[in-house]
Amino acid sequence: MTRYTKDHEWVRMEGDVAVIGISAYAVEQLGDVVFVEVPGEGKDFAAHDTMATVESAKAASDVYAPISGKIVAANGALSDKPELVNEAPEADGWFVKIKPSNKAEIDALMDEAAYADYVKGL
Amino acid sequence: MADAGNLKKLPLDAVWRARTSKFADFAGYDMPIQFEGLIAEHNWTREHAGLFDVSHMGPCFFALPKGHGLEGDAAHKKVAALIERLVPADIQGLKAGQVRYTMLLNDEGGILDDLMIARPAEGAAAGDLYIVVNAGCKNEDWALIEATTKDEANLVRADDRCLLALQGPSAAQVASTVIAPELADAGFMTVRRLETQRFGRLTVTRSGYTGEDGYEILVKAEHATDLTNALLAHAEVKPIGLGARDSLRLEAGLCLYGHDLNPTTSPIEADLNWTIQKRRREAGDFPGAKRILREWDLGASRKRVGIRPNDRAPAREGVEIMKDGKTIGVVTSGGFSPILNGPISMGYVETEHATPGHTVDLMVRGVPRAATIVPMPFVPHRYYRPKKG
Repeated sequence: MTRYTKDHEWVRMEGDVAVIGISAYAVEQLGDVVFVEVPGEGKDFAAHDTMATVESAKAASDVYAPISGKIVAANGALSDKPELVNEAPEADGWFVKIKPSNKAEIDALMDEAAYADYVKGL
Repeated sequence: MADAGNLKKLPLDAVWRARTSKFADFAGYDMPIQFEGLIAEHNWTREHAGLFDVSHMGPCFFALPKGHGLEGDAAHKKVAALIERLVPADIQGLKAGQVRYTMLLNDEGGILDDLMIARPAEGAAAGDLYIVVNAGCKNEDWALIEATTKDEANLVRADDRCLLALQGPSAAQVASTVIAPELADAGFMTVRRLETQRFGRLTVTRSGYTGEDGYEILVKAEHATDLTNALLAHAEVKPIGLGARDSLRLEAGLCLYGHDLNPTTSPIEADLNWTIQKRRREAGDFPGAKRILREWDLGASRKRVGIRPNDRAPAREGVEIMKDGKTIGVVTSGGFSPILNGPISMGYVETEHATPGHTVDLMVRGVPRAATIVPMPFVPHRYYRPKKG
C-alpha cells in the first residue's frame, strides 16, 4: 500500500524496505524533469530532512524524506533518464529505498484516498 | 502565489485561458506560462512556429511634434538625435524601415533597459520612431525618455494594443499566408506598417527573441483575437508560454533584463560591443561614455559568457562561479537546453577566465561541479537575411 506526504512524496513498503518517490500530482505540477539528485547509499535522514532535488525545465525543487531511516539504494537510472520521473512517477521513476528506523511514521502518512482528497483541495 | 486579483490581464486573456490554466505573474501581468509542456513548446518553436503573447511589453511611438515641417532624412535625424541622448546606438544612421537593438544607459554607463528602436519604412512617418521596451521597466523608461526630451517630441504609449511574436522556421510561410504576402521577403531587423482589411493597421518587425526567424506584430486590441485565432488555425502554429520563451532566448544567448543586465552592467561587460556603432563611439556623446569607451579600449574587468556544465545538473541564476577555490563570477541565467539535451547557463566572470575552453566550477547546492566556458549562442541563430540585389 502506498502512502503520501503533504509535500507529495510517496512511500511504499517492499519487504522491510520503503521505496520513495514523488507523486504523479507533483510531477504534473513540475512539468518536464531534467535532472534528479539523489543521496548516496548509507546516508541517514530524519523525516522532513531535505533528501533529494528534482529539477524541472522550470525550476529546482527540494524533496523531503517522508520517514526517518538509512538509504539502502538510489535509482541510478535517473541520472541518464530523468524523464522516467515523468513517465512513471510511482514506478520506474522512484528515487531511493530507505530502511525505516520507525515504521510508525509510515502509518501516520495519508493513504491513497486521503491523498486524493488532499490534492483535490489544492 | 501572487494575488491574481492585483495582476493586469492581457487583452487576449480569454483566448489563452481556453487553452491552459498555467498562468504566472510576470512584471505585474497574469501571463500564460505553459501550454502543452515547456520542452514540447520549445521544440515546436524550433521546428515549426510558436505564437507568443508579449503584450506586457512596452511598445510606443516617439515622434516630433506635429507641424515639424521636416521631411525624410532630416525629420528622422532630428527625432533620432533626441533618443540618442539616452542610447549608444547610431539611430540617426538607421535606414528607412531598419530596426536596431540598443539600451538605455545611466550616467555611469550602466544598462537601465534593453530595447528595440525602429525607423518607419513609410516616408509619411518620417520623424517617428517605433520603440519597444521591456515590461518590467516600461513606466520608468518612458518617464526617462519624456524627461530627457520634454516638449521636443511626443511619446505615445501603445501598450493598450497587443504584441504577438510569431517565431520559428515556418513563421514566414504562416505570416505571408495569414497576414500579407509581402511579409515573406522582409529582412531581419526591418519594420513595416500594413493596412489590412481584416486586422486593421499592423506594425510588423522581422525580429524576435528566440534566435529563430520570425515577426513581432503590433495589433489593436479590437483585432487581436481575430488575428490570434487566424494564426493559431494554421497547422504550423501552436501557442507558446513564457516558460519556453525563456529557454529559447537562453539557447540563443540573448540577455533577459533584470537578470543578465542591470543598472551596474555596462554594454562592454555584457559583450554587447556590436550595439555601439562607430559614429557614436567616435563622438562619445552618450551617457556613461567615459566608462564605456575606456572598457571598449582596455576591456572590462568582467564579461558575460556562456557556460556548459560538464554533467547534467542545471546551474541557475545566483550560482557562484569558482576557479581554484576562489569566486570569479556568478550565473545570471541558467536552465535546461532541449536542443542540446543538457544544462546551459550564462553569467559574468572575471575577464581572464572568460575565454572559451576555460574550465570553472559551479557551486550548485554547495557542491562544486565542473563546467566549461563556451561561445554563445548555444544554438545557432537562423535569422532571415535576404541577399542584397
